[in-house]
Amino acid sequence: MEKWRAADRLLKFSSRFASGTKLTCTIINYDHTHPLVSECCFFPIPFYCCKSKQGKYFYSVATTVHRNPLFSIISPDDISYFKTLLGERGVVQDALALDAANTDWMGKYRGSSKLLLQPKNTEEVSQILKYCNSRCLAVVPQGGNTGLVGGSVPVFDEVIINVGLMRNILSFDKVSGVLVCEAGCILENLISFLDDEGFIMPLDLGAKGSCQIGGNVSTNAGGLRLLRYGSLHGSVLGLEAVLANGTVLDMLGTLRKDNTGYDLKHLFIGSEGSLGIVTKVSILTPPKLSSVNIAFLACEDYTSCQKLLLEAKKKLGGILSAFEFLDSDAMSLVLKHLDGVRNPLPPSIHNFYILIETTGSNETFDKENLEAFLLHSVESGLVANGVLAQDINQASSFWHIREGLPEALMKAGAVYKYDLSLPLEKMYDLVEEMRVQIGPAAKVVAYGHLGDGNLHLNISAPAYDDNILAKIEPFVYEWTSKNRGSISAEHGLGLMKAAKIHYSKSPETVQVMASIKKLLDPNGILNPYKVLPSSLLSQN
Amino acid sequence: MKIMVAIKRVIDYAVKIRVKPDKSGVETNNVKMSMNPFCEIALEEALRIKESGLASEVIAVSMGPTQVVDTIRTGLAMGADRAIHVDYPGTLYPLSVAKILKALVEIEKPGLIFLGKQAIDDDCNQTGQMIAGLLKWPQGTFASKVVLDKEKQTAVVDREVDGGLETLCLDLPAVITADLRLNQPRYATLPNIMKAKSKVIKKLTPEDLKVEIKSDIEVVKVTEPPKRKAGVLVSSVDELIDKLKNEARVV
Repeated sequence: MEKWRAADRLLKFSSRFASGTKLTCTIINYDHTHPLVSECCFFPIPFYCCKSKQGKYFYSVATTVHRNPLFSIISPDDISYFKTLLGERGVVQDALALDAANTDWMGKYRGSSKLLLQPKNTEEVSQILKYCNSRCLAVVPQGGNTGLVGGSVPVFDEVIINVGLMRNILSFDKVSGVLVCEAGCILENLISFLDDEGFIMPLDLGAKGSCQIGGNVSTNAGGLRLLRYGSLHGSVLGLEAVLANGTVLDMLGTLRKDNTGYDLKHLFIGSEGSLGIVTKVSILTPPKLSSVNIAFLACEDYTSCQKLLLEAKKKLGGILSAFEFLDSDAMSLVLKHLDGVRNPLPPSIHNFYILIETTGSNETFDKENLEAFLLHSVESGLVANGVLAQDINQASSFWHIREGLPEALMKAGAVYKYDLSLPLEKMYDLVEEMRVQIGPAAKVVAYGHLGDGNLHLNISAPAYDDNILAKIEPFVYEWTSKNRGSISAEHGLGLMKAAKIHYSKSPETVQVMASIKKLLDPNGILNPYKVLPSSLLSQN
Repeated sequence: MKIMVAIKRVIDYAVKIRVKPDKSGVETNNVKMSMNPFCEIALEEALRIKESGLASEVIAVSMGPTQVVDTIRTGLAMGADRAIHVDYPGTLYPLSVAKILKALVEIEKPGLIFLGKQAIDDDCNQTGQMIAGLLKWPQGTFASKVVLDKEKQTAVVDREVDGGLETLCLDLPAVITADLRLNQPRYATLPNIMKAKSKVIKKLTPEDLKVEIKSDIEVVKVTEPPKRKAGVLVSSVDELIDKLKNEARVV
């Protein structure tokens, strides 16, 4: 639905442009003396030359991205080369399929690629990249296309390389729990496969039905179980990646410990496809423990939530596997927009909700432990009320409330999404200040992985509006930077925050990143315009 | 009026079950067990009737080995006032369960017996009907709506039948078995879990109730259904037609 809305707006813009009418645009009251603003190219929407320039449609001003003139344009010879290499099936030019691949999950970013390639194995990926590098054709690696920062779709006419057909599970060691599979395996399928073997994936996120492991690894996806199983930097034992010039780097080790040289795989984990395309992953999977318990709790204020987390870590330490929070606005939103959801603690909406999950191997012991902890929390006033799931269905319904938030936000209208890492004590201060800042124009909804110090700040408005955006940015980034937080805890930089890295990383660090990018991808064909500021990369 | 609710501890509805290698039954070792969903619905209905003032007490009853107490605790946490655990280490089939319930009814004298329509492990759908037969009480099975009338001492029950809905009026005391759409069971809240810890669970054995358990049924073999063959992705219309003609032979 969102995609059609996006397409509709696109048509409106292009038709306006084509008719040559002069367009009046709302100029936002920007503080021109602000150092950030004076640095950027400031063009009011819309723009003059549609072919070479593209503003971020649903975002406003601040920066416009220009298509790099050094990149070639696809020619019929290129198409026939790809057809010979991949067969008819591997080359997609169908408008409908391209439309889907050009648009991100939120319907916020839309590219204009005319070519989608579907390689079936690493060799084909290598040949594609070698060719594109020699022709200087920009490419976008794509998996499940569930990213939230516009990193998985083209900005202009980059060739989309979708690894979705590379979905074989290569091996699974039942003793060590090491799983080796291709990058296009869907996370949920891997979870089902491992379920039969008595293991689980070390990561879990709401997008599991569509996201692919290659994309998860390339973006260092966090998710709901990071608290217990750590980040992918720890659980990925090896990977195979293809560099921009087609070189295949086989780092597909299955060893838990291997201190031989520089551990290059870490460069690819989280670089969002800008240093290479991940084609195979070797991941350590934890055993599936039988006793899972979930409690859904209500707290009156944020201080109680923090204290509860501390208590949970102390009392439930070894078995705590998830600690999520959502505020009253988030709960109201979910109850209103999501199907099959009911308030676990009727009839009122409490100020804060906490979801605690424990995973252990002894059902009786864990349940007693959790119950004792919860009852103590109620007695000491940390928790106002709560429910404990009595069977798996109840447990799923609690998770559905938390996992369904992004979907509910999409249904509610336009959403401005921010994913921030902040010191625990300060986290909710930002939400409250943002509410004051925005006023009645939009609703500020907060939820996230409280256990990891990760806030998902969402501003829900009836429609995308530059006035609202102006109130959010750069306020939210500056606030985060001032409190030494991260402007992207787990979503990555993508296109959305490509020019924002300086809020969270020093200039020297970013300079080294640019050097590495230049080293591994001299022509800059891999996922251009994203992750690092383009100003840095155009310097020689 | 007292309401007695019979609840059963079964393998959790959402678990992927596996057949034991010796084909004697389903693997229950280390598998999550919970209250039978229909029993949950039955208990919820009983609680609602009590909350509307038409009953004074809800008694939860369950039978089986010691672990059954976990499920009874869930019932108490939902709001049942007290519980009875009939301790028996083996498997109990519907007729034995019905006989035990009859003995309990003679002690407790409830005005209404609620059960789930069937258990999700054996799918028997017999216990409710059998206890009604043994007690010679009227029965309203597959209930999707229950309305009590205290004055007339009747229960009007909407039953889900193949042809649609059938409405019966039963004189109390009666037996009602719950179907899926009767209600949505409540969650167990922390205050109620706390209260449940002090509620009484009376333990009895079939001998105490003078019921002899003898089974007329013996499980011979349990097997999985034949595996569904995977679908095949075809890459063109011609291939599809070819497969329909030559493999499936439907064209």
